[in-house]
Amino acid sequence: MTSELDIFVGNTTLIDEDVYRLWLDGYSVSDAVALRVRSGILEQTGATAAVLQSDTMDHYRTFHMLERLLHAPPKLLHQLIFQIPPSRQALLIERYYAFDEAFVREVLGKKLSKGTKKDLDDISTKTSITLKSCRRQFDNFKRVFKVVEEMRGSLVDNIQQHFLLSDRLARDYAAIVFFANNRFETGKKKLQYLSFGDFAFCAELMIQNWTLGAVDSQVDDMDMDLDKEFLQDLKELKVLVADKDLLDLHKSLVCTALRGKLGVFSEMEANFKNLSRGLVNVAAKLTHNKDVRDLFVDLVEKFVEPCRSDHWPLSDVRLFLNQYSASVHSLDGFRHQALWDRYMGTLRGCLLRLYHD
Amino acid sequence: MPGKLKVKIVAGRHLPVMDRASDLTDAFVEVKFGNTTFKTDVYLKSLNPQWNSEWFKFEVDDEDLQDEPLQITVLDHDTYSANDAIGKVYIDIDPLLYSEAATVISGWFPIYDTIHGIRGEINVVVKVDLFNDLNRFRQSSCGVKFFCTTSIPKCYRAVIIHGFVEELVVNEDPEYQWIDRIRTPRASNEARQRLISLMSGELQRKIGLKVLEMRGNAVVGYLQCFDLEGESGLVVRAIGTACTLDKLSSPAAFLPACNSPSKEIKEIPFNEDPNPNTHSSGPSTPLKNQTYSFSPSKSYSRQSSSSDTDLSLTPKTGMGSGSAGKEGGPFKALLRQQTQSALEQREFPFFTLTAFPPGFLVHVGGVVSARSVKLLDRIHNPAFVGIMGNTRSYKLLDWNSFNSDEPETRDAWWAEIRQEIKSHAKALGCHAVVGYSESTSICEEVCILSASGTAAVLNPRFLQDGTVEGCLEQRLEENLPAGCGFCHIPYDELNMPFPAHLTYCYNCRKQKVPDVLFTTIDLPTDAAVIGKGCLIQARLCRLKKKAQAEANATAISNLLPFMEYEVHTQLMNKLKLKGMNALFGLRIQITVGENMLMGLASATGVYLAALPTPGGIQIAGKTPNDGSYEQHISHMQKKINDTITKNKELYEINPPEISEEIIGSPIPEPRQRSRLLRSQSESSDEVTELDLSHGKKDAFVLEIDDTDAMEDVHSLLTDVPPPSGFYSCNTEIMPGINNWTSEIQMFTSVRVIRLSSLNLTNQALNKNFNDLCENLLKSLYFKLRSMIPCCLCHVNFTVSLPEDELIQVTVTAVAITFDKNQALQTTKAQVEKSLQRASTDNEELLQFPLELCSDSLSSHPFPPAKAVTVEKASPMGEGNFRNRAAPPCANSTVGVVKMTPLSFIPGAKITKYLGIINMFFIRETTSLREEGGVSGFLHAFIAEVFAMVRAHVAALGGNAVVSYIMKQCVFMENPNKNQAQCLINVSGDAVVFVRESDLEVVSTQQPPANCQPLCTGGEVTT
Repeated sequence: MTSELDIFVGNTTLIDEDVYRLWLDGYSVSDAVALRVRSGILEQTGATAAVLQSDTMDHYRTFHMLERLLHAPPKLLHQLIFQIPPSRQALLIERYYAFDEAFVREVLGKKLSKGTKKDLDDISTKTSITLKSCRRQFDNFKRVFKVVEEMRGSLVDNIQQHFLLSDRLARDYAAIVFFANNRFETGKKKLQYLSFGDFAFCAELMIQNWTLGAVDSQVDDMDMDLDKEFLQDLKELKVLVADKDLLDLHKSLVCTALRGKLGVFSEMEANFKNLSRGLVNVAAKLTHNKDVRDLFVDLVEKFVEPCRSDHWPLSDVRLFLNQYSASVHSLDGFRHQALWDRYMGTLRGCLLRLYHD
Repeated sequence: MPGKLKVKIVAGRHLPVMDRASDLTDAFVEVKFGNTTFKTDVYLKSLNPQWNSEWFKFEVDDEDLQDEPLQITVLDHDTYSANDAIGKVYIDIDPLLYSEAATVISGWFPIYDTIHGIRGEINVVVKVDLFNDLNRFRQSSCGVKFFCTTSIPKCYRAVIIHGFVEELVVNEDPEYQWIDRIRTPRASNEARQRLISLMSGELQRKIGLKVLEMRGNAVVGYLQCFDLEGESGLVVRAIGTACTLDKLSSPAAFLPACNSPSKEIKEIPFNEDPNPNTHSSGPSTPLKNQTYSFSPSKSYSRQSSSSDTDLSLTPKTGMGSGSAGKEGGPFKALLRQQTQSALEQREFPFFTLTAFPPGFLVHVGGVVSARSVKLLDRIHNPAFVGIMGNTRSYKLLDWNSFNSDEPETRDAWWAEIRQEIKSHAKALGCHAVVGYSESTSICEEVCILSASGTAAVLNPRFLQDGTVEGCLEQRLEENLPAGCGFCHIPYDELNMPFPAHLTYCYNCRKQKVPDVLFTTIDLPTDAAVIGKGCLIQARLCRLKKKAQAEANATAISNLLPFMEYEVHTQLMNKLKLKGMNALFGLRIQITVGENMLMGLASATGVYLAALPTPGGIQIAGKTPNDGSYEQHISHMQKKINDTITKNKELYEINPPEISEEIIGSPIPEPRQRSRLLRSQSESSDEVTELDLSHGKKDAFVLEIDDTDAMEDVHSLLTDVPPPSGFYSCNTEIMPGINNWTSEIQMFTSVRVIRLSSLNLTNQALNKNFNDLCENLLKSLYFKLRSMIPCCLCHVNFTVSLPEDELIQVTVTAVAITFDKNQALQTTKAQVEKSLQRASTDNEELLQFPLELCSDSLSSHPFPPAKAVTVEKASPMGEGNFRNRAAPPCANSTVGVVKMTPLSFIPGAKITKYLGIINMFFIRETTSLREEGGVSGFLHAFIAEVFAMVRAHVAALGGNAVVSYIMKQCVFMENPNKNQAQCLINVSGDAVVFVRESDLEVVSTQQPPANCQPLCTGGEVTT
C-alpha cells in the first residue's frame, strides 16, 4: 500500500511556523521529518512518523506554491488563492526575507552576480548553512537590489513598499543593497571581527549623509550612490594635515581640551598626527572607486587598530573624536567647515561603532 | 423580453505574461451571454489593464437568465496570429433574479483556465433589470429561492413545508462526442463546463416551476448531483424540499429570543418511537429494507416484494401504540390519520431536511434505504446499431427500452427506488421519510443507485395550507415529555415490522422505545443526550471478479446484501463498543470499482437518555474445550470490556442508575454462548418477551468461529480514539458541546493509495482501507492540533475507485474550537438535568407549565414569537450566545470569506442569504511532473476552487458560504503520459453574517441598516 496522493487544503491556509523554518533553512523533507522527530513532537502529540511525513510534505508543497508569491510580497496580499490572515502573511514575508548573519557577512559588499552565486557552494560549506538556504538568501538580496535600484525616493521606504518588510529588516536590506552597490570590502581578515550590525549601522549613517539623497531627494538612485561631488570635495580636507601649522594648531586645541580627561592622553598626544593623517587621507582618497571599496579596511588600519593597540577605552575614543571634530571649527584658516562636518559627523559615528574587539 | 442584463468590465490584475518579447500582455475581454457577444478594447502592454468598459447590455428572456451563465473570456490580442485565450470566468447570475438576494455582483474574479489554472483576476460588475411578467405560462421560475442548507434557513420561518421536488436532465457528454477527437483538451473541458452550467441552470429552473406549482416559494435542502456516465451521457439531477418561507422581519429580534430557555425545544411533542433494532428496520438491514435489483430482471427483488406484502399489515396506524400514554393514544391516532391524509396526496412524502422546526418531527422509525444496480447501455450493442446509426453516437439506453426518452428512463429508475423507500417507511408505521438523499456510484457501464432516509411521523401542522392549528395537537403536545418523544416507536408493537427489543422509555416511562436507534437526520436540538457523541465508521471491501455487462451487474447485486449486512454489523459493534445507543446522520456509501466493492458508513454515535443502556459485547469461542483458546478468548473479552469502560469515560457517558422495577422486569439469563450472534437474527428469539428485555443482559455476542471473525474483533479494537481535546462527528452539532468559539477551519483532504496487486484478498483489502481512513483521521488531528480543544464537525468521507488498484478517499469537514471550561459545565448541567428527569417519574408536572408557554409562543404567528422558535431550532443554540465575550476575530477584516459545511457560523448571526453557489470546474495538465506530481496538481486545484468560490461570494456581497459541500472530486491520472485531469463540483449558500458582538452594536445604534433589506424582500415570488 503506497500513498499516491496525499493532500490537505484548508480554507484558511495552515502555516506551521516550525516547518516553515525548516523549509527556509533548506532541509529536505526527510531531514525535516527527522528533525521534527528529534524535537519530540511525536511524544507530545501521539502522532506517528507517517503522519509527520505527510504533514511535512503538505506544508512543503504549500510553501513551494507560496514561494512564487513571496518573490513579490504585495502579490501575496492581493492574491485570492490562499486565504491567509494578515498577521500570518506578515510572518511569512518577514521570515522569508530574514537572513543568516553568517551568510550575509560572506556576501556583504560583493557584487550580486552570477559569479558570486557560484561561490555559494563554498559559503555553504564554510557556514554550514544549506546551499538551498544560501540560494534563497542570495536571491532575496539580488531581487531586492534589482527592484529598488534606479528608483527614486528613500531606499528604506522603497524596500518597505515593494517587499512589505518590517522597518528593521528593511533597514538591513538597505544596508545590503548599499554595500552591494558600492562594493565595500568587508571580507578581509582584519574586518572579520565586525558584525553585520556594525556595517549596517555605518551604512545607514552613510546613506543619510553621504549620498545624493542627503542633499537632493528627487534623483534616481539617490540613496544607493555616494555623492560624487562630495567625494571630490573631500580632497580639500587634505590641508588639515598637509599644512603643518594647521595640524599643530589642531593638535594643541585637542590636547588642551582633553588634558586630564583622557586615560590615554599621552598615547593620544603621541599618536595625534598619525591618527589625523589617517582620517584625513581616507577622506582624500575617496575619489577613487578602489579606495571607496577599501574604506572599512582603511578605517580599521588607520584608526581602530592603532587605538586598540594602545588600549584606548571606548569612552576615550568618543571623547577624542568629539574633540577632534569640534576643534576644527576653531581653526581660522580652515574654510571647509560644512564639508568637514558632513564627513566627520558620519565618520565619527562609524568609528565608534567599529571600535570594539 | 423580461430582463436586461448589464455587464461592465472594469480592470484586470496579475495577468500572465503572454508576449515573451515585451514581458507584457495586450489583453481584451469578450463578454458572452446566450448568443450575444461584446468585446472590450484591447488594452496594450499591461499586466494590469484598466478597461473601464461601457455597460454591455443583453436583453434576454428570464428563462435564459436562469439557464445561461454569463461567460467572460480574457484574451491576448495578437496581430499576426489567432488571439490567445488567457482564461475564463463563468458567473451564475441566478442570485440576481430574486430581489431578496444580491442586487449586484461586483468584484475581482479569478481568471480560470482549465489547463493553466488561475491566471490573474478580473474586476466585473453585473446587474439585472427584471421586468414584471404576468404571463402565466412562462417557463421561468425566477424568484424561487434555493438553499443547500438542510434545515429552515436562519432568517426565515417555515409557513408550509410542501415536500419533495426532483428533476433530472440528460445530455451527451462533450468529452465523448466525436468532435472531441479533433479539438483541444481546453476546448473540450470548456464545452463540458459550459454544458454542465447550462444543465444545472435548466434543472434549477424546472425545479423552481414545480415549486411554484405547489405554491411554494423556496427549495430547502437542494442537492444537485452529476452522474458522469461516460459514453452513455451526462445526467444532472436534483432533489429538494419545497417550502413556503417567510422572512423574519428583524434580525435584532433574535437576540432576546435566544436567551429564552430551552423549553420550546422540547416541543417536539409526542412521539413514540421506533426502534430499529439492529438488523431489523433500522439501517441497512439487508433483510428487510433493501432491494437489489438489476434492471433486466425488473427492479423489484424478492425481498422487496415480501416487504410489500408486509406493508399492508403493519401500517394499521389507527391502533398504533395502543399501550402508549392513555390520553395520548386516541389523539395520536387521530393525528396520524390527519397527517397521513395530508401526506398521502403526495407521490413521495420525502423531505431532504435533516433538522426541523420544533414540533415538526413526531416520531422516528429508523433508517430506510434502497439500492438498485443498473446497466448504462451503450449504442454498440448489436441489437441497436442499425436503428441508431451513427448520427448520435451514444445514447442513454435502458436495457429493456432503448427507445424510451432518456430522462424518462432515469426518472423511472429513481421512481422505482423512491417507491421502495416509501413502502419501507410504511412498513415502519411511518408516513414520511426525512433526511432523504440519493446517490450513485458508476463504474464503466454499471451504476448503483442508492437512496436512503429516515422513516418518520410528522406533525401535520407544517404540511398543510392554512396555519390553523387545531386544539387537538396542542393538547397532545402538552402531554409530551421533552426530549424523548421522537424516540418512541411509531409502529404497532404487537405487529412489529421486524424483531426488536422494546422497553419503556427511560425518560418518560410512558411509551415504548427501541434499544437502538439509527437515523440519517441531525440530532434534534431538544434530544436528551448523555455525554458526548463521536464519529463512528464502518468500512468494508469486497473483491469481485471482473466481468462485463449483465454478469457484472448480477455479481454486484449478489454482493450488495452481504455488504449491507456486514456494514450494519460493524456499525452496531462499534456503537456498542462506544457504550452508545443511537446513530445520527448515518450515511452509507457503496462504491463500485472494476474488481471490488467498497462500503463506507459514517454516523455520529450518541447516548440517548430515552433509550436503554446498550449491552456489552460478548465473545464466544467455537471450541470451548481448548484451554489456551479459552484463555485467548477471555483475554479478548477483557480487552473489549476495558475498551467499553474507557470509552464511557472518554465520552462522559454516565447514565443515571435506574431501579429496575420502574423499567420492567429484567430479563433472565445471559445468552448461550454458542449462539451465532453476528447475525442479529438472534434477537428474534426474544420477540415473545419483548417487554421484558433489558439493556444490561442484552450483551451482544460475537462468535469467533474463523479468522474472519477474529479480524473483525481486532479491527474493532484498532480504531483509535481521537487525541484528547478532539472530538469528531458527521452531524451539524456535536452532542454535549454547545459553546463554540468563533474560530473555524474548513478543509478538504484527499488521499489515494495504490494497492499492490499481490495482496488482494478481502482481509488485506479491508486492512488497507481501514488504515487509509484511520491514518487520514490521524493526520487531520495532527494538522489541526493548534485548535485544541476543538471538534471536527460534519466530517464527510467519500470513497471512489478511480482505477483497478487505486482507492481514493476525500474528506471535507470543519474544525470548530470551543471553550473547554464551559463545555464541562454544560455537560454537567445536562447530566444533572437528565438525572432529574430520570428520577422523577412525574416530571410532567414540572414540564407542564413549560410546555404551555412554549406552545403559546409558537402558536401565535407573530414574527417575534416565530423568531424565537426558529432560532431555537438552530443548531448553534445558546452556545452561540455565550460566546459573545470571545474576542473579535482578527480575520474579520475585508475580504475574508469563511466556508463551512454547517448551516451556521459559530458566534455569528446570518443576516442574509444571497443565493446558492453551484460551481463545476475541470482542470487538466499535460505537465504533471512540473506541477509537483499528482499531489501538487490536486492541491493547487482545490486551493483554486476554494478561491473561486470565495471570490464569487465576495462579489455577491457575502462573507461566508454555509452548507458548503464538495459533491464530486473525480481525479484521473496517467503518469506515463505526464497527464492528469480532475473534475470538482461544489455548492453551498452564500450568506452575509454579522458577528454577534458587532450585531449588538448595530442593532442598538442603527437598526435600519440591517432591517431594511431584510424586510423589503418579503414577497417577491409567485
